[in-house]
Amino acid sequence: MRAASHPASDVLARRLRGLAAHGVLILCSVGMLYPVLWMVASSFKPEQLIFSDFTLWPRDFSLKAYVEGWNGLSVSFTRFFLNSALVSSLAVIGNVTACSLAAYAFARLNFRLKRLWFALMLGTLMLPYHVTLIPQYVLFLNLGWVNTFLPLVVPKFLAVDAFFIFLMVQFFRTIPRELDEAAMIDGCGPFKIYLLVILPLSKPVLATAAIFSFIWTWDDFFGPLIYLSDTVHYTVPLALRSFVDSSGRSEWGPLFAMSILSLVPVFLVFLFCQRLIIRGISTSGLRG
Amino acid sequence: MAAITAHERPAAARPRVGRFGAQDGAAYLFLAPWLAGFFLLTLGPTLGSLYLSFMHFDLLQAPRWNGLGNYIRMFTSDPRFYNALSVTFWYVGLSVPLKLVFALAIAMMLDQGLRGLSVYRALFYIPSLLGGSVAIAVLWRQIFGYDGLINEGLSVFGIDGPSWISNPQYSLVTLVVLRVWQFGSPMVIFLAGLRQIPQELYEAATIDGAGPVQRFFRITLPLLAPVVFFNLILQTIDAFKAFTPAFIVSGGTGGPVDSTLFYTLYLYQEGFAYFRMGYAAAMAWFLLTIIALFTALAFLTSRYWVYYGDEGR
Repeated sequence: MRAASHPASDVLARRLRGLAAHGVLILCSVGMLYPVLWMVASSFKPEQLIFSDFTLWPRDFSLKAYVEGWNGLSVSFTRFFLNSALVSSLAVIGNVTACSLAAYAFARLNFRLKRLWFALMLGTLMLPYHVTLIPQYVLFLNLGWVNTFLPLVVPKFLAVDAFFIFLMVQFFRTIPRELDEAAMIDGCGPFKIYLLVILPLSKPVLATAAIFSFIWTWDDFFGPLIYLSDTVHYTVPLALRSFVDSSGRSEWGPLFAMSILSLVPVFLVFLFCQRLIIRGISTSGLRG
Repeated sequence: MAAITAHERPAAARPRVGRFGAQDGAAYLFLAPWLAGFFLLTLGPTLGSLYLSFMHFDLLQAPRWNGLGNYIRMFTSDPRFYNALSVTFWYVGLSVPLKLVFALAIAMMLDQGLRGLSVYRALFYIPSLLGGSVAIAVLWRQIFGYDGLINEGLSVFGIDGPSWISNPQYSLVTLVVLRVWQFGSPMVIFLAGLRQIPQELYEAATIDGAGPVQRFFRITLPLLAPVVFFNLILQTIDAFKAFTPAFIVSGGTGGPVDSTLFYTLYLYQEGFAYFRMGYAAAMAWFLLTIIALFTALAFLTSRYWVYYGDEGR
């Protein structure tokens, strides 16, 4: 074959192909990220330059948009960020505890109707949330929970995000049963085994569940839109939306500034937990 | 309790509980939160919305029997419903295949043993990470607005672009672009799948004289079919449920002239703007039916095109 008779030109062709591939990939990634980078740059530009300047480096650097945006609504963004942080951390705690409890039962304990419950749990994975939306709303309305954080948080403590249960069951099953048995001989009951054997060995899957709970709750728009009506209770995405409605066409600067700040926590989580996130997606299809 | 007797004589008894049902008490304690959630927040409301779908219900008065009225209105006398259905099908039908094609193309480029794979993978994943947020939808509103980034770029070439988001011809396309832009997460899944394909197959095929096109259709695609299938189902269901981008870009209206009125957005309007909650419940059940039918269809046809490797074809 050609490759055998001209090894030198083959190597050269390969190098060139590699170089071309890098070129295409760099172009693609820069092109894709350009809008986001441009939004970051624009947030530091004086207002009149946003529309006339699509370069990335601001000629006049100004923090005015951030100051204006932070106090752009009747309540300051300090409140919105605190609200979002509270809801997201409670969601993380709720999901990790409730889902790991259920997953431990499914992965390790024998009990009646186990197969039935497991099948039902898997069945809820496919269910679009719209189907439960209206009766849930009626329920929370009757409980007096509308316009509080409870409808956003309590479901997490009841392990409604069954996907995480499934993920944890898969992981728990890989932990050798001999460890449970050894702990049992030492006198541990199921709860101690869960707490002292299973949980410490399951840090990767618990962290994955925590990370995705955080990202999804932080970004969630629909839940807060339905349940929160007072501005003081708004989470960041909801505040951004009312910022869009209240600001005119010309006030992109403050809007951009607050949009960027709203992305920072998710981005930081990605920066520090990249490996877990990528592994979570490639092994189980967790959506990003 | 059975669970306790199992531990009273730990040394004598076999430590592993053999008898089925022996740990009932403990197990149901562990399951209690999930069971409560399942009955109160999932099963109950699912049946509740089926019930409400046969009712007039506006939150203020108790539900009143409406028979099949909601469904009849939906299928015979609601043009906005048909419009929402068609907008959603266009959105799903355009965005899902495009997203998967991009994801696979870039994944294959990355799978050639290039240096810096993890950096590229992270960069391409960023849009998936951020794309569902309100912030990015806000950005899209600007980019595709009349004096937005796209038209700024086009004006360099002397082209005077339209206002993409307020032109019903293009508004849906901008949302499709936003979705395709987030091809990073299926790409990560494709990459993991490509890694599983033995390199020797490609070498053997090359020696037999197969070109890149043949290698793709005879090796890559068949061996990747389960991953394609997985991504297809995941992405389609996700696209049907999309809400935030349409809501933010259109300011909650689904406009201009209902051109971005996603099914979920219309459901929200019917339920929470017009308080026709019975109708919204009927729409929710119809959405569930569509998603279930699609999934069933995908699974039924999968045996003709998905090859799992452990079966004779």
